[in-house]
Amino acid sequence: MTEEIIKIAGAELPVNEELTIKKHRMIGSGESEKRICVVTGIHGDELEGQYVAYELARRIKEDPEALQGTVDIYPAMNPFGIDSVMRGIPAFDLDMNRIFPGNSQGDMNEYLASEIVKDMVGASLCLDIHASNIFLTEIPQIRINELHKELLVPIAEKSNVDFIWVHGASTVLESTFAYSLNSIGVPTLVVEMGVGMRITKDYGDQLVDGIFSLMGELGIWKAYVPEVRRPVVSYDESGMDVYYLNAPVSGVFIKDTLHGAVVSEGEHIGRIVNPLSGELLADIVAPADGWLFTIREYPIVEEGSLMGRILKQEVYEGCRN
Amino acid sequence: MQELELFRINALYRDDFRIMGYSFGEGEETVCVMGSMRGNEYQQIYVCSLLIKKLKMLEEEGRITEGKKILVIPCGNPYSVNVKKRFWTIDNTDINRMFPGYDKGETTQRIAEGIFRNVKGYRTGIHLASFYMPGNFVSQVRVMKTGLENVEMAKQFGLPFVVLHHPRPFDTATLNYNWQIWETNAFSVYTASTGAINKKEANKGMRAILNFMSKNGVIDYRGDEGYISRVVESTDFMAIRSHTAGFFEAMAGAGDRVEKGQKLAVITDPMTGDVKETLCSGEEGVVAFMHNETLCYQNTAVIKVIPDRV
Repeated sequence: MTEEIIKIAGAELPVNEELTIKKHRMIGSGESEKRICVVTGIHGDELEGQYVAYELARRIKEDPEALQGTVDIYPAMNPFGIDSVMRGIPAFDLDMNRIFPGNSQGDMNEYLASEIVKDMVGASLCLDIHASNIFLTEIPQIRINELHKELLVPIAEKSNVDFIWVHGASTVLESTFAYSLNSIGVPTLVVEMGVGMRITKDYGDQLVDGIFSLMGELGIWKAYVPEVRRPVVSYDESGMDVYYLNAPVSGVFIKDTLHGAVVSEGEHIGRIVNPLSGELLADIVAPADGWLFTIREYPIVEEGSLMGRILKQEVYEGCRN
Repeated sequence: MQELELFRINALYRDDFRIMGYSFGEGEETVCVMGSMRGNEYQQIYVCSLLIKKLKMLEEEGRITEGKKILVIPCGNPYSVNVKKRFWTIDNTDINRMFPGYDKGETTQRIAEGIFRNVKGYRTGIHLASFYMPGNFVSQVRVMKTGLENVEMAKQFGLPFVVLHHPRPFDTATLNYNWQIWETNAFSVYTASTGAINKKEANKGMRAILNFMSKNGVIDYRGDEGYISRVVESTDFMAIRSHTAGFFEAMAGAGDRVEKGQKLAVITDPMTGDVKETLCSGEEGVVAFMHNETLCYQNTAVIKVIPDRV
């Protein structure tokens, strides 16, 4: 096996610094031409993928002979954001996941985005690892645009996540990294797991197992591949499978139920309280039976803030039976 | 003039979030002007304040056409303005990426819905918009090409340029786009600056809106006729890009007429002061956009010129 750190794109900064986006390339000694790209850090405050990037490389290096094809790990798509604890691109206040496929003639960020896409061309599979945001904790899941479900759902089922959520197409999402890559024929899975600004090691280990499973399927990895769990799959193109819990009032949300819980209609999930007056402002209960796959982590809520998502019981049960 | 509370969200520790509107005249919902939706859009609020002052006077003098109603909303996002944050205070989302909004959705979706509920149905919608790039720009009316655009009407503002542009994916969630889809003639008016008030250009913008209303029989107002607008496509703009990074020093301003080969800006090394790059106009034309920050990044369109040839 050979390995190398490669700069894939860069830009000069005003005072004595260069912004670079790098990847860790590992090429196995086998014959396989296949290549998997593991990408994270498009949002600078989502750090769950940092552990995955490290752990994946560590496990490959433990058994280098088993590697057949190519593994490219891109741990920091938005190095500015990671460095300054910001979701977007600092200085521009720009969501990096809304500028793809980029533009080689565009501004610095669009140029970097276009170089990133160029680097992925020809890959057999790509995983774009996100960590929800700082507000919500998520069960390890893969989100798939309905336009790409036929190809991607069978692949996602091998990735050891708990949940696959096929959502409706939306014009706004056409500027995401995953949409751009899927459009040019690089199958790309969007992973959401854990919460922003933290590393949930168990989820990281679960996903790394899943990546080895995918590498096994692709013939990139010829060694023990852990057995993967069977995910719940929601074909939610019409947006009817999920209940959204939005805060009815502004206040402080106290989470009383953990994400991943199966809840019944009317079951207590949390409270919104007013620390100034000591009042209970709202008792948050499940609107129906189902699976609480998202829960709010950040306590401050305002009217409308998302506090949780519940997958309908029949969808959940349908996959579990 | 009627001062109306259009939308309210109760808060925990802050004063309630309130969007205020100022309406003039009674009857058919004819013109709606939307000011800022981002926290740094001071110029946009200022233009609305000038407009409100003038419309109040016109109304008192009985110069608003009977049966026509005008609504001005100076600020759709007081929370962000008051903490000097560009986007939404808690989650950094942009209200102008949430239209038409959703009253059961997240906070900024609810705000967008609250705004849209009040502004849809007007025959004309004017949004005082800003660019995401830091800089000054020539006064212009921008019209999104949705197939429903009304270019002839855009010329009635009498601003130097009417700029047509094709919507990009994110544009579909803006107020302008959704106004058009809901059959309102929608225009985005840009008046030179965003985070700093440019009084001269703000007055020009206010007069352009009054001229527009006058030409459409909404008010009785005699101002200057303004310009005979040139209609250009946004793709016709010639971008002048930085090939290096450093301190940026402009040598021309937005709206200036420039010659081919004229020096428009220099980029210097912040530590040594050496000139790293001189940016010149490739063609004769008008400066449409000029970067206005000290720092300049590499590969950035820092100047845009509208060439005379288009």
